[in-house]
Amino acid sequence: MIPEIGNFALIVALAIALAQAALSLTGAARRIPAFVAVARPAAQGQFVFVAAAFGCLAWSFYSNDFSVLNVASNSNSSLPAAYRIAATWGSHEGSLLLWVLMLSAWMLAVSVFSGSLPADMLARILGVMGLINVGFLSFMLFTSNPFDRLLPAAADGRDLNPLLQDIGMIFHPPMLYMGYVGFSVAFAFAIAALLDGRLDATWARWSRPWTTAAWVFLTLGIALGSWWAYYELGWGGWWFWDPVENASFMPWLIGTALIHSLAVTEKRGAFKAWTVLLAIIAFSLSLLGTFLVRSGVLTSVHAFATDPKRGIFILAFLAVVIGGSLALYAWRMNKVAPGARFELLSRESMLLANSVLLVVACAAVLLGTLYPLFLDALGLGKISVGPPYFDSVFAPLMAPAVLLAGIGPLLAWRKGDGAQLARRLRWAAIVALIGALFLPLAFGRWAALTSVGLLLAFWIISGAVTAFIIRYRMKTSMSAAFFGMLLAHAGIGVFIVGVTLVKSYETERDLRMEPGDTAMLGGYSFRFEGVREVRGPNYAAARGAITVQRDGETIARLAPEKRTYFVQRNPMTEAAINAGISRDIFVALGDAVGGDAWTVRIHIKPFIRWIWFGCLMMAFGGLLAASDRRYRIAARRPEDASAADATLIRSGAA
Amino acid sequence: MKRFLWPLGIFILLVGFLAVGLTLKPREVPSPLVGKPAPAFDLPVLHQPDKRFVPGEMRGKVWLLNVWASWCVSCREEHPVLVELAKRGVMPILGLNYKDKGDEATAWLKRFGDPYQLSVVDADGRIGIDYGVYGVPETYLIDAEGVIRFKQIGPLTMAIVEQKVLPLAKALQK
Repeated sequence: MIPEIGNFALIVALAIALAQAALSLTGAARRIPAFVAVARPAAQGQFVFVAAAFGCLAWSFYSNDFSVLNVASNSNSSLPAAYRIAATWGSHEGSLLLWVLMLSAWMLAVSVFSGSLPADMLARILGVMGLINVGFLSFMLFTSNPFDRLLPAAADGRDLNPLLQDIGMIFHPPMLYMGYVGFSVAFAFAIAALLDGRLDATWARWSRPWTTAAWVFLTLGIALGSWWAYYELGWGGWWFWDPVENASFMPWLIGTALIHSLAVTEKRGAFKAWTVLLAIIAFSLSLLGTFLVRSGVLTSVHAFATDPKRGIFILAFLAVVIGGSLALYAWRMNKVAPGARFELLSRESMLLANSVLLVVACAAVLLGTLYPLFLDALGLGKISVGPPYFDSVFAPLMAPAVLLAGIGPLLAWRKGDGAQLARRLRWAAIVALIGALFLPLAFGRWAALTSVGLLLAFWIISGAVTAFIIRYRMKTSMSAAFFGMLLAHAGIGVFIVGVTLVKSYETERDLRMEPGDTAMLGGYSFRFEGVREVRGPNYAAARGAITVQRDGETIARLAPEKRTYFVQRNPMTEAAINAGISRDIFVALGDAVGGDAWTVRIHIKPFIRWIWFGCLMMAFGGLLAASDRRYRIAARRPEDASAADATLIRSGAA
Repeated sequence: MKRFLWPLGIFILLVGFLAVGLTLKPREVPSPLVGKPAPAFDLPVLHQPDKRFVPGEMRGKVWLLNVWASWCVSCREEHPVLVELAKRGVMPILGLNYKDKGDEATAWLKRFGDPYQLSVVDADGRIGIDYGVYGVPETYLIDAEGVIRFKQIGPLTMAIVEQKVLPLAKALQK
């Protein structure tokens, strides 16, 4: 009964989405107030029904209803309750429902926090989002219904993939989808502005907090995924350039370019065409990612079970939505007035260069991801593109972007002062250079690439600190947005420190250990105490005990596991990690090699936490920026804000 | 006007490729080699570079040839399955170390366990071409006459081993 209610709720949601899209878009175009008024209640109603459907599916999983095919394929009665609920989004069908739920949640948020938007603008935005939901709801109902029944019901389920039975599965997908789908708001704002012909600073100001919020979620989602891969996959790596990772990373790159470009459009009225294009591309890449993961055109460890029918459906949808918006873009953009002019040395040109670099980096990632497909489609052979390509192409493209990000916040809008900039950056440059040259010596081994990495990191951090000090001395109040920007920039620096030090100084040993054996690595001693059998709720495991000591003092007792899950029988490595600010000690159990001996792998990963801590700083900075007071003030007094912007643009153009 | 059409043009091209991509099946390319004799080769052995190996040495045995590389992410996913299979000792597993570096390959085996009776080195991927390898990992089941009986593209899973490889191998061993 519950699954039927869920199914019905989805059908109702589809009907509402159709009505919302058709009525509010027509209403806004033909100026019919009654139609325009439909947008807000429709969006809220849609959320209620989608949430109900999601609740029904979660309930089916929670209550072990194995007469639902999706539950029988992805859950099991012995699966712990938290993972049974997380299994709701563990399959293709369920994750689509999560996608739709997130889209509806963003729609709800737009409908609630948009009191200041003109009614026809809001109708257009919600109409566009409703149109997207029409596509996804019908995709789900016609090709991938999560509520399909299995008759007769299975006695028990096939279980959730053991890799996914982890706390990461509970948080990573919802965060990631929240970010992915969140770019639909920026997209809808852009399309609405194109339809309306009202591409101005006000539009940019409205879009900014939404775009930044989506970017924050995406940043957190990707960081969580990386952290999860680090400890769960047992390889000790944190990024693999897998096609599906790339699918989430490409919208992030464009999203980063977009939030910077939006800043210019809001403050200076410039880059309008570029900003709109980025808004379209960011969401297009989210859709493309959805296609790549679910159509089977690429092979990846993440890929869902695939079906050509689904691929054709998403591709058609992709062609309509993205093709339609790019056509609209080409048609409308030439009517938009050019923006304010600026000098070569100005914050605008720094931001423009940065967003171009980010777009090029994204194009390089896209090329690497799709290259096997391109060659295959042209009949030129089948190849795979791996980390060597991405590492060697991506890092050199990002390095100048990081250099510019250190300078940008110190430059004035429109026309910067070169001499002043040099004076301001003198100390930052000296600190960064000395630190980068000598810090590697503290680790005992100097390498040019390590120094270059650290130089970039220290440069952007000291640039941010310099900008902070200058603002502080000027005694003007610092806006939350400006502080958030500096924090996010410093986060990039922290991230780079982590990446550089891990890449340069990580050490590892593979050992054959018998109980009582001791091994040394990086000044730590590891004593293998032996392995015993333990039983989890739905798995049996061999659990090792390793005592880690430094200078005779016990630092940690680590318990890495080798698990065999009862249902799917795949062996899983559960690494044990002693985390620290300056290093992680990572121990994984290999195989039994006769007698009581086991193979054991030990890593010491210096400063690896800084990678995720840097991401957290970026996300927190984004959060501060998105919650800046002036968006709320602007929200309350839209007339004043747009008047002020208009003045700003005029004076800038003069 | 024209410059605003560029994004649309690029996108249409991309959709074209994706549409063609849908008709391709990267995981399930039917191998023309199934039912045909396994292509011969003469390659150095990974752990003993002065020794060479030819598939003819395996005549009379049913065996698996697994194409792997230390740079391949999916191989790590697959590896525990091979280790488990080797532990059961149903049939010999030989490795074809594909476009890899010798020291990285041996380090990799040391770290994750070595399920292979031996691995041969196909450093430039020439033998991979003969076998139609386009992605790593791939696995071939070869019978006592040296004929390829089954080909797995992408990682082996325990389910594939239990349902396809082992029954076929048992039938062939009779």
